[in-house]
Amino acid sequence: MQSVKFRLNGNPVTLKTDPTRRFLDVLREDLSHTGPKEGCGEGECGACAVLIDGHITNSCILPLGNVDGRDVMTIEGYRETERYRVLEEAYIAEGAVQCGICIPGMIIASESLLHHNPSPTDDEIRIGLSGNLCRCTGYNMIIRAIKRAAERGKGLW
Amino acid sequence: MSNIHHSVPKIDASEKISGRMAYVADIRIDGMLHAKTVRSTEAHARIRDIRVPTLPEGYYVIDHRDIPGKNVVKMIFEDWPVFAVDKVHHIGEPIMLVVGPDKRVVQTLVDAIEIDYEPLESVFSMTESVIHYHYDKGDAEAAFKEADRIIAHEYDTGYQEQAYIEPQGFIGTYEDDRIHLIGSIQAPYYVKNAVIETMACAPEDIRVVQATVGGAFGGKEEFPSLIGCQLAVALKKIKKPIKLIYEREEDMDTTTKRHPSKTRIEGAIKDGKITALRTHIGIDSGAFIGLSGVVLSRAIIASTSAYTVDNLDISGDVYKTNTVPNGAFRGFGAPQMIYAVEMFFHHVAKELGVDVHAFRLKHLAKQGDRTSTSGLFRDPILMPEMIERACAMSDYHRKRKAYADPNVYKGIGMSWFLHGCGFTGSGEAEHIKAKVTLEKLASGLVHLRVAAVDMGQGAKTTLMKVAAETLGLPLERIVYDNPDTDLVPDSGPTVASRTAMVVGGLIARAAARLKDEWNDGEHQTITEQYTQPEYMAWNQDTFTGDAYPAYSWGVNVVEVEVDKTTLEVQVKNIWSTYDVGKSLDDNIVIGQADGGTAQGVAYGYLEVMRHHRGKLLQKNMTDYVIPTAVDMAKTETELFDNPFAFGPYGAKGAGELTLVGGAPAVALAIEMAIGERVHSIPATPEYLMEVLKNAKR
Repeated sequence: MQSVKFRLNGNPVTLKTDPTRRFLDVLREDLSHTGPKEGCGEGECGACAVLIDGHITNSCILPLGNVDGRDVMTIEGYRETERYRVLEEAYIAEGAVQCGICIPGMIIASESLLHHNPSPTDDEIRIGLSGNLCRCTGYNMIIRAIKRAAERGKGLW
Repeated sequence: MSNIHHSVPKIDASEKISGRMAYVADIRIDGMLHAKTVRSTEAHARIRDIRVPTLPEGYYVIDHRDIPGKNVVKMIFEDWPVFAVDKVHHIGEPIMLVVGPDKRVVQTLVDAIEIDYEPLESVFSMTESVIHYHYDKGDAEAAFKEADRIIAHEYDTGYQEQAYIEPQGFIGTYEDDRIHLIGSIQAPYYVKNAVIETMACAPEDIRVVQATVGGAFGGKEEFPSLIGCQLAVALKKIKKPIKLIYEREEDMDTTTKRHPSKTRIEGAIKDGKITALRTHIGIDSGAFIGLSGVVLSRAIIASTSAYTVDNLDISGDVYKTNTVPNGAFRGFGAPQMIYAVEMFFHHVAKELGVDVHAFRLKHLAKQGDRTSTSGLFRDPILMPEMIERACAMSDYHRKRKAYADPNVYKGIGMSWFLHGCGFTGSGEAEHIKAKVTLEKLASGLVHLRVAAVDMGQGAKTTLMKVAAETLGLPLERIVYDNPDTDLVPDSGPTVASRTAMVVGGLIARAAARLKDEWNDGEHQTITEQYTQPEYMAWNQDTFTGDAYPAYSWGVNVVEVEVDKTTLEVQVKNIWSTYDVGKSLDDNIVIGQADGGTAQGVAYGYLEVMRHHRGKLLQKNMTDYVIPTAVDMAKTETELFDNPFAFGPYGAKGAGELTLVGGAPAVALAIEMAIGERVHSIPATPEYLMEVLKNAKR
């Protein structure tokens, strides 16, 4: 079996396993990275979102082989950054977290959005989050959290 | 004291945001096996033969023959088997489990099992009643005789899927002859009590622990008892750790949903007022009754929603069909009825040619009025102020004039509603008998020993605040771990908008006692048990008396635009006012309001689930559409203080209230936009097209 090599949160990883396996399973089962969650298993809910070379990707529909040679960041790596701290504070202050299962994916989506648009409007935030489903909050508090993070984190993105 | 509503950071937010919080699927136990369910592909059939391929070593099948006790899931109505025996009653009914170390091999084995069926006649229409309820108030017959006019309409509602983002799941171990289950559940003691029946064992042989729950909405009230019982049977036989996690399609295809319903309302009109209602609601239970009788109770008790009507003849039936069993979902029967009542009041006003708003105000319930079940609205009702405020926030009266022209394709709809807090009737006092314990350690830390589950609604933060505030301690001195039936008394299931009011009330009482008896350095334990307010009198046979100790109230206003060509609905704005007694944390209550209203509004126009001969046509998040951030509108919510004497700091129920008014508000807005009546939800573009086509004829 060919090995797959990639960087995971800055660290090199080499795996000898079936390259057609879902990347989400590899992260959760082989690498104990359980921050990305499985909500739907078909790329619809965004709970499994990770950043691959900075692009938001649903890891549940991504074969492991596709990350060969790429740079992967999961919530486990992102939570060590200054940008994360700003987002975390904002999500808490705005009451944006209920059951929480979608939130690691929402944080990845927030990063992806702010990276491309550091001061988004409400409508731009709604579009930016439209690949991530939340059943608890109705999104309002999440939208407010992202606005707050954009203001307080000025210059970080 | 009165500042308890000020928001604090949620106690579990940081752990959830960072991805560190372990949900059940995140838990791994060395040597654990994986289980997968073998299910019926037939809606109604006799099982003639089951052929299981030779199993590789370390792989097992578990079926009804392995059950040591009763092959029934203990819940309100006990007709639901743990595993099918010789017959199946719906597509997806569990027949056996396959268990083994490699998930993919397990799946291959599931696919390789061959089952021969002899098809039996299936029922898909609401024709076979298994439960019938009826009650009267006043003298409906006389009122109908004296009526100037009688108006009747029919309304129907479809399925709604809870669509929690975390699918159902458990992990279990078997050690020292004890079964230990960890699951995504709302009711630890429901699971424990069900497993005791199935395993025919002593209570101390079963331990149930709640894993962090990734959304529930009622879907994890009774259904997890089924999975828990199945897993317990497997654990006893195999004696190794086993994980059973549903995938999304399996979850949607086989777990309980909101009951589809059909309601017929007939109103007697005299001197411009509705003097009597004769209402019948039918709900589809699917193949097993489960909680459907209790859902029907709540539905028929909601027959007048926020209005007072003096004479009632109300009935309902639970119909059994060969479809997936339906069950608990936030609102529990009330959303179906309140939708029908709100539409009916509007339709009657239009037919009488009177102003809808004035007509509704004439019927609005007031303090001192008799409830639908001839109980008493004892507490102040703030609806007039709440309605006025919602009208001002939304500019309702100007917009409803501006949108009256159907050529503008805009609409604004308003719903008024109430929700009875806690269990119906004497359920709390007779069946649940909730207990809570506060355990103060010598160190001064106070543990809340309660079975209440935080499924995202903020139960932990809310109940800890109640304890901290009453004890005069900082929040850091209060500990509230996920319930473990080895450690917590049965404070009841986390359902029916009862947690803040009932469990919170008991915590406040226990905390007040602990404060009085506080001894530094001493280990102290205080237990409190629920006692019903003395004024409550309920007759379950006649459905008369006080159905609930208190009512929460709400107003939703929804504004929509409808595309002229495609008839697609875009929700533009949502405004709400709520009376939940006293908010115990504003962010938490408004979060409930945002999420509940989103679910309620989406129920009215967006969320479509149907079946064809018992096979659900929607089975994943791609074809069962729930609102995205783009579908959802901005919401503005205001809370009105109206403290309830028996709730902690005046709190009543909040969780379900916020869902029940969404569907009628959006349906009424759509009705205004297209200029034709909506009788069926979800009001999809296809349905609206049919409505317009029929209107032109």
